[in-house]
Amino acid sequence: MTDLSLSHSWTIQRRVLGALLMREILTRYGRHNIGFLWLFAEPMLFTLGVTALWSVAKLDQISSIPIVAFAVTGYSSVLLWRAMPSRCISAIEPNLPLLYHRNVRLLDVFFARIALEAVGTTISFVGLVLVFWGLEWLTFPENVMKVISAWLMLGWFGAGLALLLGALSGTSELIEKLWHPVSYLLFPLSGAAFVVDGLPQAAQGAVLLLPMVHGVEYLREGYFGSQITAHYDLGYMATWNAGLTIAGLLRIRAIADRVRPE
Amino acid sequence: MIRMTGIRKSYETASGPFTVLDGVDLTIAPGETIGILGRNGAGKSTLVRIIGGAEKPDAGKIERKMNVSWPLAFSGGFQSSLTGLDNLRFICRIYGVDPEACLPFVNDFTELGVYLREPVRTYSSGMRARLAFAASMVIEFDCYLVDEIVAVGDSRFQAKCHEELFVKRADRAMIIVSHDPGFIKNHCDRAALLIDGKLKQFATVDGAYNSYAEAMA
Repeated sequence: MTDLSLSHSWTIQRRVLGALLMREILTRYGRHNIGFLWLFAEPMLFTLGVTALWSVAKLDQISSIPIVAFAVTGYSSVLLWRAMPSRCISAIEPNLPLLYHRNVRLLDVFFARIALEAVGTTISFVGLVLVFWGLEWLTFPENVMKVISAWLMLGWFGAGLALLLGALSGTSELIEKLWHPVSYLLFPLSGAAFVVDGLPQAAQGAVLLLPMVHGVEYLREGYFGSQITAHYDLGYMATWNAGLTIAGLLRIRAIADRVRPE
Repeated sequence: MIRMTGIRKSYETASGPFTVLDGVDLTIAPGETIGILGRNGAGKSTLVRIIGGAEKPDAGKIERKMNVSWPLAFSGGFQSSLTGLDNLRFICRIYGVDPEACLPFVNDFTELGVYLREPVRTYSSGMRARLAFAASMVIEFDCYLVDEIVAVGDSRFQAKCHEELFVKRADRAMIIVSHDPGFIKNHCDRAALLIDGKLKQFATVDGAYNSYAEAMA
């Protein structure tokens, strides 16, 4: 009972995260109709809709990449980094009573929500690529490892942003109010709907200030390789990611001492 | 053994910091039952949250050599859109208890019947209390925190609670918080009075009771 060894802590940690994940899934998707399949059906529908819209709008004329592949890689990336902060903002309040269970920490609540979004958007992305590949609407990635690395970088960015904004939203309502317009405005700038190489020189520099653009560019280089000229600096993106993560963790630790369940 | 020394806690209010606990010392030995008396708003629930670890003190030290329950029959952690059973499973998973193994007990104790598989939002407050109490009994602790349990449920349910808590678990430590001296008198070895942020300890329940009566007068 007072076994404080690392493996024991790890067991508790796994138990708590597993329990929180199940609770999240059941609360959000329930046991009705397709239940937890919504976890990835929802992002899939989003991506499919955007793919259809972009195809009709002939957005493919802005790059040499086939539109289906362009939309699937672009919009999936957006979903990945945007969904995690959206779920972590205002996650504290409804989960405060869980803190009465001493093994449940604020950080676990965030981890569970981040993990769930990561799993959902990843299954959606991989599933769509495989289906469209089967239908021969797009080709298989040229360099799978690069695609995976880029996906991990984008996921890390989303997770870091989610931790920081989630923690900040615990003490300021402004975060929730601002996140909607900001995430909406960031979408067209995030590299999802353009390739950096197709932009004017001046715009390239500006857009590359945004960390997620580097991730999307790297992902597309992995996917399309020789077909495009990608612009990215993974070191720059990693610095952002690490900064967000550290700031988020510090902020969570600071408010964990102050939160008060009813 | 739980040992708390010099526990301080204050909350930010619109009119500046408000001190709730101002240097509280308390030691609870295994198997001991201690009552904490205090008026509404004296800081009893704050003290319970700090003992249980749901909240951290501003200053002071707390050592826990026993594992401490969450406040008994606390139903605030229930997700109201989930069924009673799903809520119970969640708690079991957190504490590493097999949910299916405790179903017979929960069925029998709560008498919720088919409602165990209905969302908690459809429960009456009595039904919630029954589920919450059952959940507290499914996980075994060395020390139970009991925060104002008295007025919950009908007499039949109260008798069942009494059996589970004070008969079957008579060997456990308990910290019972109440503004009802009668309840504390019936169940505690000793008592303390929480007043003006300080915890005054008494060797006998009667001593605490008299002091409480004076403070109320």
